[in-house]
Amino acid sequence: MIEIRIHGRGGQGNVAAAELLSIAAFKDGKFAQAFPFFGAERIGAPVQAFVRIDDKRVRTREDVLHPDYLIIQDYSLIEMVPILDGLKPEGLLLVNSEKPPEDLKLKTTAIVETIPATEIALEIIGRPIPNAVMIGAFCSITGLVSLEAVQEAIMARFPGKVGENNVAALERAHEIMHKR
Amino acid sequence: MLKQIEGSQAVADVVALCRPNVISAYPITPQTHIVEDLSVIVGQGKLDAEFVNVESEFSAASVVLGASAAGARTYTATSSQGLLLMAEVIYCISGMRLPIVLTCANRAISAPLSIWNDQQDSMAVRDAGWIQLFAEDNQEAADLHIQAYKIAEQTFLPVMVCMDGFILTHAFEPVDIPEQKQVDDFLPPFKPRHIVDPRWPRGIGLYADPRFYMETRYILHRAMEKSEKTIKEVSADFAKTFGRDSGGFIKTYKLKEADVAIVSMGSVVGTIKDLIDQLEEEGKKVGLLQICSYRPFPRQEIYNILKDKMNIVVLEKCISLGRGGILASDIRWSFPRAEKKDRNISSFIAGLGGRNITSDDLRYMVERVEKEPVELEFLGLKKELISDKDL
Repeated sequence: MIEIRIHGRGGQGNVAAAELLSIAAFKDGKFAQAFPFFGAERIGAPVQAFVRIDDKRVRTREDVLHPDYLIIQDYSLIEMVPILDGLKPEGLLLVNSEKPPEDLKLKTTAIVETIPATEIALEIIGRPIPNAVMIGAFCSITGLVSLEAVQEAIMARFPGKVGENNVAALERAHEIMHKR
Repeated sequence: MLKQIEGSQAVADVVALCRPNVISAYPITPQTHIVEDLSVIVGQGKLDAEFVNVESEFSAASVVLGASAAGARTYTATSSQGLLLMAEVIYCISGMRLPIVLTCANRAISAPLSIWNDQQDSMAVRDAGWIQLFAEDNQEAADLHIQAYKIAEQTFLPVMVCMDGFILTHAFEPVDIPEQKQVDDFLPPFKPRHIVDPRWPRGIGLYADPRFYMETRYILHRAMEKSEKTIKEVSADFAKTFGRDSGGFIKTYKLKEADVAIVSMGSVVGTIKDLIDQLEEEGKKVGLLQICSYRPFPRQEIYNILKDKMNIVVLEKCISLGRGGILASDIRWSFPRAEKKDRNISSFIAGLGGRNITSDDLRYMVERVEKEPVELEFLGLKKELISDKDL
């Protein structure tokens, strides 16, 4: 079973990212579970969302405490939330940042990758919502869910222009990571 | 069709397939998505139902009471404070023998305010003469609604389908949503026993002086006991029609050979089953008895299945303050007094107000009761937050 934890702030599409990843995994023929760490939802507040992907039905209901993958949509959270907690030593951490991974100086043996997701989102979507970019980069790095399945999931959820822009952002992120 | 959807959406879709005539609800976290999704289904003309917006849960319950008395198939949903605000009407609905189906998205109760999951809310009305069914996952939550209408309309008892708030209502996971025809074949149109209609004036639930009231309680109690048969039949019929086991009275997991028997209900059984598998690999025999029907309480069945088990531990997300575990009391009561001497029935309270129940917590619980019985313990309690002054 693969476990993913997403950290961000309310308004960055954290819960949607988890849901879309689970739908994409389902479309790829796997079993998946997605759920948020529920807070009193408000823009700017720290938010967590969880995804599990497996070859069989996921039964456990505990929070993801030992993720294989961490997706950090807002790096400023590192000051206030123990975001690295429980990350597997051989795991992977994807951070929304314009800095190269080594400049973040994170205390972890896990692989660290960065992508300037907010910048790319502003350019393509016109709003600072980094989730599509982060998912695109995540797909490219891990190959855990197919890009096509995520594209379908996004278009089903956000038909029309909004979906198209998000798919464009997703693809851009995928290309950037692929080139690296 | 198997879909990756939110639990609330699955419940809304399935309730719509049951063709209720009248829906009335007031939004409250974490139940809100269910009635929002249903309002969309009604608004798009996909379900021919009257969706009555109201100003409170008291009115929502009153609307479905009236509509059901007038012969309609009805639906409402709520959580926590909403269910408590309904409480007066909840008793009236069962007293009038109206087969209403209600979803309780289980949530903690104020004060202090908590929007998160536990099962105190439905427990607060467990004695009201409603059948209470607890879902393990979103597939079962969806399936139980189809069964609930059939059970309710055969027994003339209201049914509350309890699903853990957030943990299930907000979780995306695969759920098979049946076809309309399958549901239509399984669930015939509602045939009311009596209809309240101004053309033929009659009253229900009006007045019973001391010469009559007690008999109404006796009859209701017997009806609850008798509903046991209907619940089992409907569950078996469901399995035959839809090809999967859902609901029923109780379920077990690796219990036969188990040295320690865990008893619980709701979504936490998923985490328990995973732990049982892990412990099995480590050479420990632990099993699960999962309660689906909490009311009527499956006392005889529980006794039959657990009578050879000497180490039983009850895990529950609610408490009778000043008494202890509620489910634990029910389980302890399921054994004749003379047998109790050498049987250990431990009681753990967990997950109150949304406290995460981890696999490690459950492992600790098993290891603890392997050493000695536990009268009452709060699992995952943060002692550092409690000072001597508080106690």
